[in-house]
Amino acid sequence: MDTQTLIYIFVGVSFALYIGIAVWSRAGSTKEFYVAGGGVNPVVNGMATAADWMSAASFISMAGLIAFLGYDGSVYLMGWTGGYVMLALLLAPYLRKFGQFTVPDFIGTRYYSKVARVVAVICLIMISFTYIAGQMRGVGIVFSRFLDVDITMGVIIGMAIVFVYAVLGGMKGITYTQVAQFCVLIFAYMVPAFFISFLITGNPIPQIGLGSQVNDGSGMYVLQKLDMVLQDLGFGAYTEGSKSTIDIFCITMALMVGTAGLPHVIVRFFTVPKASDARKSAGWALVFIALLYTTAPAVGAFARLNFVDTVNNVEYSESAEWFRNWEANSLIVWQDKNGDGVMTYSSGDAFEGKPEFTGETGANGERLVSNTSNADSTNEVYVDRDIMVLANPEIADLPGWVVALVAAGGLAAALSTAAGLLLVISSSISHDLLKSTFAPQISEKGELLAARVAATAAILVAGYLGIYPPGWVAQVVAFAFGLAAASLFPAIFMGIFWKFMNKEGAIAGMISGLVFTFGYIVYFKFVVSPDANVAANWLFGISPEGIGVIGMLINFGVAIIVSKVTTSPPIEIRQLVDSIRVPRGAGDAAAH
Amino acid sequence: MSDNEGETTKAEQAYWKENIRLLVTLMAIWFLVSFGAGILFRPFLDQFALGGYPLGFWFAQQGSIYVFIGLIFFYTVRMKQIERKYDLDD
Repeated sequence: MDTQTLIYIFVGVSFALYIGIAVWSRAGSTKEFYVAGGGVNPVVNGMATAADWMSAASFISMAGLIAFLGYDGSVYLMGWTGGYVMLALLLAPYLRKFGQFTVPDFIGTRYYSKVARVVAVICLIMISFTYIAGQMRGVGIVFSRFLDVDITMGVIIGMAIVFVYAVLGGMKGITYTQVAQFCVLIFAYMVPAFFISFLITGNPIPQIGLGSQVNDGSGMYVLQKLDMVLQDLGFGAYTEGSKSTIDIFCITMALMVGTAGLPHVIVRFFTVPKASDARKSAGWALVFIALLYTTAPAVGAFARLNFVDTVNNVEYSESAEWFRNWEANSLIVWQDKNGDGVMTYSSGDAFEGKPEFTGETGANGERLVSNTSNADSTNEVYVDRDIMVLANPEIADLPGWVVALVAAGGLAAALSTAAGLLLVISSSISHDLLKSTFAPQISEKGELLAARVAATAAILVAGYLGIYPPGWVAQVVAFAFGLAAASLFPAIFMGIFWKFMNKEGAIAGMISGLVFTFGYIVYFKFVVSPDANVAANWLFGISPEGIGVIGMLINFGVAIIVSKVTTSPPIEIRQLVDSIRVPRGAGDAAAH
Repeated sequence: MSDNEGETTKAEQAYWKENIRLLVTLMAIWFLVSFGAGILFRPFLDQFALGGYPLGFWFAQQGSIYVFIGLIFFYTVRMKQIERKYDLDD
């Protein structure tokens, strides 16, 4: 069977599975729709959290980013896992004990204020839509390459699938589809990683392979060889990286705190039976996440080695089939600057900007672009980093079924996260805006209907963002973390650990953190020219990706000062804080 | 953070104190392996090798993640013990 047929089969079967599960676990009440009924086993919840969490960015983009960033890629590895320690130790058990449906629920109740609740909803919606844009772009990339449809069609198919299981099943439906999606995505990620690690080092375990010797008889370690090869081509050493220490520090911190403040992750801890289960569940989530996250650096390093080997100094007419496939999808370009018919890969950009195809082909049959060549560099190859994981099995010449598996895995990753995000958006609109703020007399049935209508509307917006994507997958996602770190995390943290934080402080803190972070990112990404977005112009040398940390500090500072000069919270709020600090009685809390 | 106003029982106060002490210790380890070994002391640690890994690079891309998992499960077990001790478990 050819690879294309295998892809249709793998993707078709996995989609049928998700929809089957969704129909079987339809939500009948708001409690099932918002928190899956509240009785999910902590290990199962850990698996669902891992799928919810590992998005198109983790599955598709992360190893590619690490491949090209080397040591600098560590910010994603530590940042996107370290946040779980904060979640398990600082937030999850207390939020579970509090026992409501959404993150704005906690903020609205703890800060005894409808305004605080609405501000939290606004933060949540901004974070979720920033994030979901990246997911839909991921769906588009995978579909267009593997299902042979254009990106718009791919996004529409993705929207239809998510619609069925998020709108019908609510949290109950997505919990069990996410378990299935986790199995698909982790299997799809590990299989090619085992193969490639074995081919390059002789050791099939990628985590060990990355620290082993290359199988070519040179006796060099993988990382040593990579450092040498890259330096020969004019790149920096792989294990050194090029970002400043303060920037690495701040980006890692922003990603960690952001992880702990992301509403679609927090809400998953509302679905387990007990407060102690929330801790356990965060631990299991990190185990399942670490499977992929400790493999990704190996995949990245191996992919980079393979890429250099199969591209640099190879005649275009001899180039591999995967190279042509991805060229046809506009994600790889070869511009024959010196006219020798041989591809040269070295540091620097091949040409300026994103490729603009002229529609014609050159002397060797390559697709021509109208971009101005970059005279400062001998590099002739443009490569979109997002393709590294998807192209990896093809680059390493693995069998067709592995390629098909990766296609199904990439879709599972993107769809599971998109569904989780859609759900927090819809539940905060129906529950926090309608039921708790503007239409308190709404019936349970009406609220459920509103949640489904809101989910549908959110899918349409997400689809639009997927068809007209605002940028690189992982980069867009990184912004969501900065916003979460600067707005929601401090409000939740102080709500638990400082009894005397009052509503004025929390509201002022959230607004100032959000406005500062959003303004900084928009200024450097959209207002000034890309040339001005450099370390010399940044505040303390911190890039827009890491600025959420400063936003968080501003939030803390403003909140503490404002709460000191205004009246302290009423006695029943202090009693509420006391009660969420002890686990006893968590079982009843959900019912109030 | 020790804002007691007689609203809580003695057991709850002692429980919360022990919880905070455990939190501070574990968060210190969390900070040391990631921001310490993986970032601030990486150039120094990179002189040493763990197999084919420079040590600081290993902490940044592998080691800190393993430690994170250990921290959460240790916390889960210790908290259960503390909660039993004060009879506050769920």
